[in-house]
Amino acid sequence: MGSIDSAIRDVRTGRLPAEDYADVFSDLHPPLTRHEAFVESDRCYFCYDAPCMNACPTGIDIPLFIREINADNPTGSAKTILSENILGGMCARVCPTETLCEQACVREIAEGKPVKIGLLQRYATDHLMANGKHPFQRAEPSGKSVAVVGAGPAGLSAAHRLAMRGHDVTIFEARPKAGGLNEYGIAAYKTPDDFAQKELDFILEIGGITIQNDKALGRDVSLDALHAGFDAVFLGIGLPSVNELGLEGEDAAGCIDAVDYISVLRQSDDLSEIAVGRDVVVIGGGMTAIDVAVQTKLLGAENVIIAYRRGPEHMNASAFEQELALKNGVIIRHWLQPRELTRNEHGEVCGITLDYTAITDGRLSVTGESITLASDQIFKAIGQAPAATLLAEAGIALSRGRISVDEEGRTSIPGIWAGGDCVADGEDLTVAAVQDGKIAAESIHRALMQKPEKVAGFVEAVMADNARATDSAHKPSHPRHVAG
Amino acid sequence: MADLSTNFLGIKSPNPFWLASAPPTDKAYNVERAFKAGWGGVVWKTLGEEGPPVVNVNGPRYGAIHGPDRRLLGFNNIELITDRPLEVNLREMTEVKKTWPDRALIASIMVPCEEQAWKAILPLVEATGADGIELNFGCPHGMSERGMGSAVGQVPEYIEMVVRWCKQYTRMPVITKLTPNIADIRKPARAANAGGTDAVSLINTINSIVSVDLDNFAPVPSIDGRGSHGGYCGPAVKPIALNMVAEIARDGETRGLPISGIGGITTWRDAAEYIALGCGNVQVCTAAMTYGFKIVQEMISGLSDWMDSRGFKTIEDFRGLAVPNVSDWQYLNLNYITKARIDQDLCIKCGRCYIACEDTSHQAITSMVDGARHFEVIDEECVGCNLCVNVCPVDNCISMVPMTAGVDPRTKQPIKPDYANWTTHPNNPMAKVAAE
Repeated sequence: MGSIDSAIRDVRTGRLPAEDYADVFSDLHPPLTRHEAFVESDRCYFCYDAPCMNACPTGIDIPLFIREINADNPTGSAKTILSENILGGMCARVCPTETLCEQACVREIAEGKPVKIGLLQRYATDHLMANGKHPFQRAEPSGKSVAVVGAGPAGLSAAHRLAMRGHDVTIFEARPKAGGLNEYGIAAYKTPDDFAQKELDFILEIGGITIQNDKALGRDVSLDALHAGFDAVFLGIGLPSVNELGLEGEDAAGCIDAVDYISVLRQSDDLSEIAVGRDVVVIGGGMTAIDVAVQTKLLGAENVIIAYRRGPEHMNASAFEQELALKNGVIIRHWLQPRELTRNEHGEVCGITLDYTAITDGRLSVTGESITLASDQIFKAIGQAPAATLLAEAGIALSRGRISVDEEGRTSIPGIWAGGDCVADGEDLTVAAVQDGKIAAESIHRALMQKPEKVAGFVEAVMADNARATDSAHKPSHPRHVAG
Repeated sequence: MADLSTNFLGIKSPNPFWLASAPPTDKAYNVERAFKAGWGGVVWKTLGEEGPPVVNVNGPRYGAIHGPDRRLLGFNNIELITDRPLEVNLREMTEVKKTWPDRALIASIMVPCEEQAWKAILPLVEATGADGIELNFGCPHGMSERGMGSAVGQVPEYIEMVVRWCKQYTRMPVITKLTPNIADIRKPARAANAGGTDAVSLINTINSIVSVDLDNFAPVPSIDGRGSHGGYCGPAVKPIALNMVAEIARDGETRGLPISGIGGITTWRDAAEYIALGCGNVQVCTAAMTYGFKIVQEMISGLSDWMDSRGFKTIEDFRGLAVPNVSDWQYLNLNYITKARIDQDLCIKCGRCYIACEDTSHQAITSMVDGARHFEVIDEECVGCNLCVNVCPVDNCISMVPMTAGVDPRTKQPIKPDYANWTTHPNNPMAKVAAE
């Protein structure tokens, strides 16, 4: 560790040889080859009422899609996946499968080696996106229009399902590019090759979706105007701000919002231009903390320490993510809580003092001991916060600052639905946001068409397709003359 | 350590593992490699008449069924008998037998169904020093179209006739190789026996099309867009072969006739099963063609270790022990009652037993108990069919437990300790003894 008294913070660009960046930030899990997919899919037991399927927030029929891979029908497999989760490609890359489907897999129970569901899902969706046409068709135009605010996973999922149901969708996105956290927030090594934009293009192939970028709610468009101008509104605005440490000097140079840093990194064409410290401290215990810690390490930081105020079992980052950080040489220190930032004569942050913590009488408290760590960069990754003021002004009922919704995603204001990270009791997962968007879209569809209609699963979709095919086969080839 | 040596028809070999007549035994080079690897004997690839040899296709000769990891499960071929001149084969056989006197060397023969043809070739083979001959009445493709191979094996009268000629014109032991492409395997076996054969070997390959290429709608293997049926072999055919072996082993007319077992033998255990059904030795082809000759080392050590663990000192000690237990259905004990039991500690809750029973059988397994995912057998519905045992992915998780006393919860009938079969059952209109 460098000296805390050092006036010169060691923050530099280009810590790695230029040719190393692409390699260092390459795919975290290389995709399965066709043969590997056959072998892995053969491990699936095709369970009855499969636990993996019940553990998937979007309810993908996992045994069926795996069996389709095993039967050499990756296109059909991808349709099974995408019919429940249109962002199945991204979810295959970023889902914490070890706490969802793969944790529930009976082979995890049997032998500690679950079927690699995430990698199989990627195999199928990659195949379809590389070779296939968009697998879904729009219904007849409904004449209804829906405004979707936010082009993240929830908004895109809602938009796609609404477009499929025949509605015209306009998405208002605050950032210059659509994709939300998929584009700006997730670690680069999880989504190389511009996958977020490729998936966006794939989703838009359904037609009927217009995206207006650089249109922020409350700045460029008002909720009242959307409510008045569209038949329905879906809010998928995520969590636009970041929790503060509450320490003096945290706006000083060197104390950085982890989400912002990752978004700059994700948008960079040349990673060697991203400045990174020699000694880095990350405050937090979630996925963002891991993502920023691993990426600064990959960018060439010498010492990266994650400081978390509780124990490993309390971290929001999954065991797999924690292990990933450790494998990359990140040090995770538990039971440390920030107390004070150290600044040099230029006012820049150059160290941090942390209190040791412990749980006494069921409460987290400081022990009285402390430690000071030298740091050229301190990253804040202690959670994101909702657009509290904006939402309060709009008059939408909130719960702990997030939007209150019912099981169909309806807010307290008729005609406005919401989903994803911005709603209360959200799971802060891409896959959960996709499910929120899908459910809300179906609810909007029912409301707009004023008829109850069940969400179509795979079997219903196939049967409907067959019925259509049969209908058209029986229709006369020439148009009927209709009197009138 | 167990003694694996065998004396089959007076032909001695250090172990019961012979290579079957097939590509691995087509020439001295391969056979010498096999003997170096430890094989007890070979049946040299089938010899034809003197003169221009047969020709093979120049495209693919083999097709296969694979598991997802490309494990070869079934194999088929459209290769014919040796396509090398007779004199070359005879010369090489002579040399190999001289170099390897302790190994068995059998000549497989297929010539037209004419006495003169057999009379001509037998002395030539005998001169090589070969230990015996095997009559190829099984080849199901190509040769059969020319009135040989399975065209003979499917007509018991021809079998008997040819066997008689062979017994008349050679002092060598005669093994008659049978085709499975026939309704009742006992008929050709009886015919061979009547003709005086010293042994039968079975099975030859099964008529088959392994798959259809859906791009060009041609059978596989396809030669310039066309395919012909071939002979099926490998692990997939073992159950068919075992049954045919058992049929011959327990048939009144052929009981005691020496048998050389062939069909999907891949490990020592397969071999032990054939021997338990009465075979004096076994012949292997597909496993060697898949993995090379070294596999015989596993077969030797596996059989030896198993025999040691069971206290069998020689092959004869356990040969045929399973034959008396092969029965016609009508003699199975109808008073024997079993129920499936699921070991809840081993159960991984995949639910395959449940859905198999619920959808396709007797609705005898729960999926939920008190709101929790729980799979348990309902004795009142369980007929003891064993389907759940077979679909369960966990070894020994589900087992069939006999009920020896009390009342069968399904039938509400008392469980009787005595043996009773269909021949005396009251529901049998042909019952030999009227039910009380």
